[in-house]
Amino acid sequence: MTLTLLRRRLVGSIFVLLTVVIGTFLLLEAAPGDAVDAYIVSTGGDAGMIELLRHRWGLDQSELTRLANYLWALLHLDLGQSVTFSRPIRDVILERLPNTLLLMVSATALSFGLGSALGIYAGARPGSFRDRFLSIGSLALYAVPGFWLGLVLIVVFAVDLRWLPIGGIETLASDKTGLDRAADIAIHLVLPVSALGFIYLALYLRMMRAGMAEVWRLDFVLAARAKGLSRRRIVLAHVARNALLPLVTMLGLQSAQMLGGSVVIESVFSVPGLGRLAQEAVAARDTPLLLGIILTSAVLVIFINLAVDIAYVFLDPRVGASEADA
Amino acid sequence: MSGFTISRRTMLAGSAMLLASTAMPTSGWAQTPKKGGRLVLAADSEPRNLNPAIVASNGVFFISSKIVETLAEASFDGKDGLVPRLALSWEGAADGLSVTFKLRDGVKWHDGKPFTSADVAFSALQIWKPLQNLGRTVFKDLASVDTPDDLTAVFKFAKPTPFQLIRNALPALSSVVPKHIYEVGKIEDNPANNAPIGTGPFKFGEYKAGQYYRLAKNTDYWSKDEPYLDEIIYQVLPDRTSAASALEAEEIQLAAFSAVPLADLDRISKVPGLKVISKGYEGLTYQLVVEINHRRKELADVKVRQAIAHAIDKDFVVKTVFLGYAATATGPVPKNDPQFYTADVPTYAFDVAKANALLDEAGYKKGADGNRFSLKLLPAPYFNETKQFGDYLRQALAAIGIDAQLVNNDSAAHIKAVYTDHAFDLAVGPPVFRGDPAISTTILVQSGIPDGVPFSNQGGYKNDALDALIAKASETLDTTARTDLYKEFQKEVATDLPLINVAEWSFISVARDTVGNIANNPRWAVSNWADTYLAG
Repeated sequence: MTLTLLRRRLVGSIFVLLTVVIGTFLLLEAAPGDAVDAYIVSTGGDAGMIELLRHRWGLDQSELTRLANYLWALLHLDLGQSVTFSRPIRDVILERLPNTLLLMVSATALSFGLGSALGIYAGARPGSFRDRFLSIGSLALYAVPGFWLGLVLIVVFAVDLRWLPIGGIETLASDKTGLDRAADIAIHLVLPVSALGFIYLALYLRMMRAGMAEVWRLDFVLAARAKGLSRRRIVLAHVARNALLPLVTMLGLQSAQMLGGSVVIESVFSVPGLGRLAQEAVAARDTPLLLGIILTSAVLVIFINLAVDIAYVFLDPRVGASEADA
Repeated sequence: MSGFTISRRTMLAGSAMLLASTAMPTSGWAQTPKKGGRLVLAADSEPRNLNPAIVASNGVFFISSKIVETLAEASFDGKDGLVPRLALSWEGAADGLSVTFKLRDGVKWHDGKPFTSADVAFSALQIWKPLQNLGRTVFKDLASVDTPDDLTAVFKFAKPTPFQLIRNALPALSSVVPKHIYEVGKIEDNPANNAPIGTGPFKFGEYKAGQYYRLAKNTDYWSKDEPYLDEIIYQVLPDRTSAASALEAEEIQLAAFSAVPLADLDRISKVPGLKVISKGYEGLTYQLVVEINHRRKELADVKVRQAIAHAIDKDFVVKTVFLGYAATATGPVPKNDPQFYTADVPTYAFDVAKANALLDEAGYKKGADGNRFSLKLLPAPYFNETKQFGDYLRQALAAIGIDAQLVNNDSAAHIKAVYTDHAFDLAVGPPVFRGDPAISTTILVQSGIPDGVPFSNQGGYKNDALDALIAKASETLDTTARTDLYKEFQKEVATDLPLINVAEWSFISVARDTVGNIANNPRWAVSNWADTYLAG
């Protein structure tokens, strides 16, 4: 049952990836200026030098040839060479991927964990003061732009109080290893993770709360109450557990949005991650690099959603059955 | 600012004493540079190639000028504005066909091999002339480099080449790289392009993409006792607001190249322990220029161009856009250039009534809506100031009945639109004056330049008299006569207005008070920092 689902999903994913690659390629080609135009902004140069560069970077070939070459190389799992870094794109991406993953996973854990916990707290007593306060407060956070929240956190906690570092992923050239290094990275992640995580917190909080409000009205809650279960047990084991299901779906959808949000957060906090790299690749018109990043992100999102679907099958057997019948 | 002048003078006196006698006790100085320490500073970009012999640009020099040295460096008071680095002296032949360099003895590459004239010959012939963005123009007639001995390099030119031009080009164009590293394989693919090997006071340490560059002290540097610093760390801070916060949080000690935006300078100058320095960039002057597409029939009329010049309030631009950190311009050579600048050119005072009269005279009457004609205006996106001036220019043009539509692009798109597609009527550009008009200034107005060459005349302007003047100056060997021709050139440009020079500006450094010997030469941010130190 699960295998059928897996196979169907993987076949579908290949088409998704192909569409993503070709679409991104065409979009970037449609943008005026190429990698050489972006490069000569800082150097200048005469006609001969510019021609030389276009030839070296393969930009004198037609769009179709370049797309075909790229896809052919991709078939052999080769992401190509970055023109801005003059290094293999695989290396450039692998260097940054862990940072972005760390940021995303931590921020997701924060928004999901704290969001659902606060959602349960608010939803346990619908309509109470704490419910309203949390709903409005989280909505206000959701309305704040990510970069602004980031800047405010920097000014307060890094510049004024000096409790936390201003940015980066670890202390520069510090030669720390093992646990020391892990602690160093954790300290550096506090601000960016908060900035990214707090924004999406509202989403989970409100979903949890709404879900609980719905479950409260169901018959089995009444049955649980009639059984004489404590209120605490009803909230946690019966109401919250059933309200948790839609949040898991949200988790998968949210992963794509988190990747988008990390572009801004990574720039504000100087975190060397994929989001910032993507922004730089667009500015430099480094098409193969951007394709590599988008491909990596697409694979990431596909896998997360696949994992969510599989988790769902186990959490709610009805889903697996309907998928298999369809 | 006066405090700064005093410390600079003290420093200069100090180095003069050092030259006079190496046995001079250092305790006699007002402020003794301290040894050791790690200088952390902000870097806003990561150049793809760190070889300054191939890419002569400020972004590359900012990092690699500490590792790879040039034949000579710019100086506030050296002869002809230069001080020796790898070359001790330079002499041009009267016929303009050769230049002789005497090189410094006892210099070693970072890998321990000796530096010789063969390295200079190799760099000049294999890199500067065929590959370097600026050298391809300046050294185009270089035929050979003779090396009679290890410490003499004689540049031979196929055509007479003004010695003044070669001399002025030395600080930016003459980075020497080791022959033994580069003679194997393709120069463009050499790994040393990303981990440079030079003779400078600092060795390349490591580069973590997106995080930092680390340079380490060269303990075997030719100038004994230098460098003072143990380490330089360039922290990559891509966000415009990061540098100021990092300075305040004491995470970095220096932000050069205006990494702190002009609007933040007033606030940051009041932070105890931080100083704002506007010196040390005199040799890197940027010019705020209105580029004109002469293919538009209205703009082909000199009266219209004069009207536009009269419509721009240059003082307002300096005060409002640059917050005072700039100077108004009179022509294509900046006022702070010691060799070529002349004030004896036609000027265009801010005068809206006169501008309107000129446009009426040219036959472009105001229509019923108050507009004479519409234009497409493309401000270059590379600097905040070029974008802001674009907004100002739109309003200034509206006051004289010209309706300008702003077109905002990112860098690559702007370069393509203006210099390849010519899809503009007016553009705002920031060309750089590099110490000699022949390096990158005459190209802005000269005709016959192929499409696609950035920072050149792509406006279809053609003026035979001006072209003849540029050609004559390029082969005039006598320094005085050549300088006079460039004064003539400034006058002609200011008269016919192929483009409109509005202002001249350079960069600002913000540093902690502990950073010593800042801004002590006109290209300080891109010089070798051998004498930079950290006190306290």
